[in-house]
Order: sequence, then structure tokens, then C-alpha cells
Amino acid sequence: MSALLEVSGVSVSFDGFKAINNLSFSIGSAELRAIIGPNGAGKTTFMDIITGKTRPDEGRVVWGDLSRSLLDMSEAKIAQAGIGRKFQKPTVFEDQTVEENLVMALKNKRGPFSALFYKRSADDMTRVGELAEEINLSDRLRFKAGELSHGQKQWLEIGMLLAQDPQLLLVDEPAAGMTPSEREHTTALLVEAAKTCAVVVVEHDMEFVRRLNCRVTVLHEGAVLTEGSLDHVTSNQEVIDVYLGR
Amino acid sequence: MQKSFVMRNPSTLVFLAALAMFTILVTVLAEGSGAGVISTSFVKTLGKTLCLALAAVAMDLVWGYAGILSLGHFAFFGLGGYMIGMWLMYERTRGIVEASLAEAQIPPTAQEVVDAIGNQIFGVVGSSEFPIVWSFSDSLAIQLALVVLVPGALAAVFGWLAFRSRVTGVYLSILTQAMTLALALHLFQNDSGLRGNNGLSGLQNLPGMTHVPQATISIWFFWGSALALGLGYLFASWIVFGKFGSVIRGIRDDEARVRFLGYPVETYKLFLFTVTAMIAGIAGALYYPQAGIVNPAEVAPIASIYLAVWVAIGGRGRLYGAVIGAIFVSLVSSWFTGGQVPDVNLGFYTIKWVDWWLIVLGLSFVAVTLFAPKGIGGLVDLWADRKSPDRHGADLGPSEGSLQEKEAVE
Repeated sequence: MSALLEVSGVSVSFDGFKAINNLSFSIGSAELRAIIGPNGAGKTTFMDIITGKTRPDEGRVVWGDLSRSLLDMSEAKIAQAGIGRKFQKPTVFEDQTVEENLVMALKNKRGPFSALFYKRSADDMTRVGELAEEINLSDRLRFKAGELSHGQKQWLEIGMLLAQDPQLLLVDEPAAGMTPSEREHTTALLVEAAKTCAVVVVEHDMEFVRRLNCRVTVLHEGAVLTEGSLDHVTSNQEVIDVYLGR
Repeated sequence: MQKSFVMRNPSTLVFLAALAMFTILVTVLAEGSGAGVISTSFVKTLGKTLCLALAAVAMDLVWGYAGILSLGHFAFFGLGGYMIGMWLMYERTRGIVEASLAEAQIPPTAQEVVDAIGNQIFGVVGSSEFPIVWSFSDSLAIQLALVVLVPGALAAVFGWLAFRSRVTGVYLSILTQAMTLALALHLFQNDSGLRGNNGLSGLQNLPGMTHVPQATISIWFFWGSALALGLGYLFASWIVFGKFGSVIRGIRDDEARVRFLGYPVETYKLFLFTVTAMIAGIAGALYYPQAGIVNPAEVAPIASIYLAVWVAIGGRGRLYGAVIGAIFVSLVSSWFTGGQVPDVNLGFYTIKWVDWWLIVLGLSFVAVTLFAPKGIGGLVDLWADRKSPDRHGADLGPSEGSLQEKEAVE
């Protein structure tokens, strides 16, 4: 199986500090992957590199069937190519309704003129309805996003990612600050999403990772420490030393 | 089922109705066409105020909706005035020159007429040659096109450079301010080709309309200004209503997020910056024929700051707020600075409002920013009982009953 995203030999340093050190990583389409690691292991920087926010000093990031390099594309172009990203802090547009948030995220042409002359088609609104159903917000469509609870905002953001119809989802700590029942729903959402696209979840919470039941990559000091099933990595002595043992 | 655009924008309808009523009222009461209750000069003041309101709508689009605090939009306003002023001045001078040369025994050649016009217009700056910027000043159609094209082009070039480098926030405001200052300083020079600090004058006289009294012309321009404001308002509310409005408000609140949704943020900003510069240009082209004169002082940085003050006091992020702010503040301002407010004698000191008005304006700007960020337009919310969630900038942390941090660590 060819890889959807292939990161090889990437390094980046900030003021002499090597945040990412010769990191290689690859993921196939429709795969669910969890990334764990101690603070400062480079998890967020790793996502920044893929989404174009940070340019690496060296290395290659290759994307899709056409093996395009992501390194010379803008953030917006990368997002249009099918990579969606969810931030650690839920960032939805609080001043706008849930519906407006979702419509904005729907996969449509992104230029200013397309947005000016955009008309909400029946197809689009059906899709918004489906998404709202999926993220448990059907009865909240007319509410402003700012009125939602923390967990609901997280879901809305996941919903906005799904609306983009991405091929790869990068999700940063989706379960932070959620009630146990909310987390279960989030797990289900991510597992469901991973049936159609690749999903990378960065998470601290081992219990959550266990429930995802997927391959795990452990990052440490900007490089991959080990990779495998959760049981495999948790029994690894190095992992215990740098991460679990603390 | 989707309702029509107007049905979902009741405030637009209310605004247009109010504007139409106001226009009819002023027309009926004006000196030029009706009862004569309102003097010609006050009709002009009202017409100019409507132009300022249109500029404020443009400012609100770019600042209130997209969060770009431009302190340079009055430069575009002034440029619009200069563009129409060139034609007005050229044609009117031509009329005068032709009338005086007609008495000569030998009919003048075309070149002699042009030379005489140049002498008339540029005599004050010690020149008689037409500078290159006046190339099209004999064509009304071209100068009208330039009213939108010149501010649009300046905004496009400036915006492209600034947005491409991801200059935002205060730094962008300072850049726009510098642009305005540079333009004003350039226009102040005699060899800028636009008559230096004399500016363009006599713009209230329409060429070929010498037989029409100013009272009537003032009504025409008042109608023109009202029409422009109405159309501009409609256009602006169409822009902010749909998905484009969603995107620019998203840019205002969280630019990076919009970028990660795949929207080319810079292109949106550039588009909006350019379009609003064009609107400001149109507003200026209607304003200065009513004012009669346009000079570089109009383009000075302080004018653009006033524009921001109007929008802030009126309430940014809502179009009628910008209009209310511009009309209210500029009318009150001309009342205070016109010397019509009686001085207050405190015994030891006499408060002369002409001098103290700026202080009052400054204090009210600070007060609005601190205590009523929604501005005058926010009063509508009190009446409509519209509430917005008060979570902006606040902690986004867990809501009641959600997992606490210490549980998560376990």
C-alpha cells in the first residue's frame, strides 16, 4: 500500500533548539494513528510542518498519489489539498451560528468571488444536516457557536474538519476537558472518520488512546522513539523511562 | 426554504426607507425646490454628511467586519475628489477662457485655448504646462472612471505588498497611516501637478450649468449622495450577508483558523481593501463638488482617524452603526466648531467650544471604547433584546460537569 503522507528526514530548530530531529513518519489512507509523547516531544511542531505553518530546515514531506511536496505550498493550499487540522484549544467562530461555521467549512471553491456568489444548495444543506447529526448538534444549528459548551465546541470543530471532506485529519488532543460520555462519542466520531480518511490523533490520555485501538507512534525529543500497538509500546523500556515512568 | 435577501435583512429595508424619507423631507423643505426652510448651505452640509456616511460604511466593512484597522481610507476619499475635481476645474476654466478669447479679432487655435487654460489653472504654482496626470482631464467619462480606478489601484498595490507580508494589527494601521501621510506630503508639493496646497477649487460650479442656481445644484448633489449611500449600503449588506461575510468575520476573529480551512486569507483582505477604497473614492467624488474645494489637508492622516472614530462611536460590525456614527458625530462636530454653541463662562475661565470640541470628541471616543464597545448602534440591541454570548477572549476551559484537569492526568 502506498503511503498517503510521507515525512522523511525532517529537522527543524528554533534558536538552536532542535524541535524536530531527523523525523520520519508515514501513514496510509484510511488509517487511524495515535501520537503520544512527553511535553516538548515535538508533537505540535510536527503538525505545524505538515500544515505549512512551519518550514523545516531539511527533509521532505510528500503527499498523495501524485507525490506532491507540501513544503512549497501555502497553508490554504495545503488545506485545499485535503489536510484538515483541529487545534488543541477549540477554535470555532464564536460570533457565528453553528450552521454558518459548518457552511464555511464545506468543501466548495475557496476564492472570494465564489464566496460572494455562493448560494446554499440543497445538497450542501443536507450535508450540513448530516454532519450536525453526527456531531450531536442538530438542535443547535441556529445557536451561536460561542453559546456551546466546551465539549460541543470540540465536536463542532471536528464537524468542520469532516465538512472539508479531507483525506487526512490532524487532531490535537480532541478529548481534553470532556466528560466521560462526551469522550466516548468523540472516540466513535474519530473511528468512524478513519474508515474513509487517514486520522492522526495527538493525545495525552492513555485511556482514550486505548479506546481508539490503533497503531501508536511515540515521539521523543523530536524523533520517533518506537511504533506499534499500544501494548507493544507501553511495554517498551525506553518509552517507560521517558514518558510513562514519570 | 430560503427567504429572500431583503426579508432576512430587515435592517437594510428599514435603513433604505429611512434614507428615502429623509431625502424627500429635505427636498420639500429645501430652498432650491420647496418651502425654503433649509438653507442651501445646510443642504450642502447634509449632502456632504451622506457622503461621509458612505465612507464610514466602507470603513466598517474593512474594520468592523474584517478587522483591518485601516487608517488610510480617507486618502482614497480625497483621491476620488481630486479625480472629479480635475474635470470640473478644466471644463469650467475652458468655458471662461473661450468666452474671453471669443472677443479677440482672430479666433484662437485649439492649442492657444489649452495654453490659456493651463495658464489659468497653474498660474498659482508658477507654471502653465499641463502635468501628465491631467492628460484626461477634458474627458468626463475617463475622469469618472478614474474616481474608482485610481483609489482602487493604489489600494490594490499597497494591500498586495502589505497583506502578502502578513502585516497585521497595529503594524498595518501604522503602514496605512504612513501611506496617507506620504500622499498628503506629495500633494502639498507644487510640482505634484495638482496645484500644491491650493488644491482644486471652484468645484461647486458645474461646467455648462452656469444658469442653474446653486440652490438647485445643491439638491441634485444631495440626491446623488443619497442614492450613492443607498446603493453602497445595499451592496455592503449583500457582501457581509452571505458566505463572504462569514469568511471575513472569521478572518477578524481567528485568521489562522480560516487559513487552515483552506481560504486564501490574503486574497480576501486584498479584495475587500480594494473594493472599499473604490467606495470611498466614489464618496469623495460626490463630497468635494459640494464642499467646493479639495486640498491636501483633506488627505492628512487625522481625517482617516476621524473616520475610525465615527465608526467606533456608531458601532462597528454593523452597517447602520457606521452611518449613525458618521452622521451624528460630523453634524455635532460642525455645530460645535461652527461657533453656534454658547461659550460657558466659569468665572476664572471661559470654555470656548471651538477649542474644546476636539477634547470632547476624544473623551467620548475613549468612553465609547471602554464602556460601550458596541457604540450607539448597540442601543438597537437593547431594544431588540439581542444577546451575544460573552465568552470572547475568556477562558474556553471545561464547562460544568466536564472532565477536570486533575482527573485527566490520572
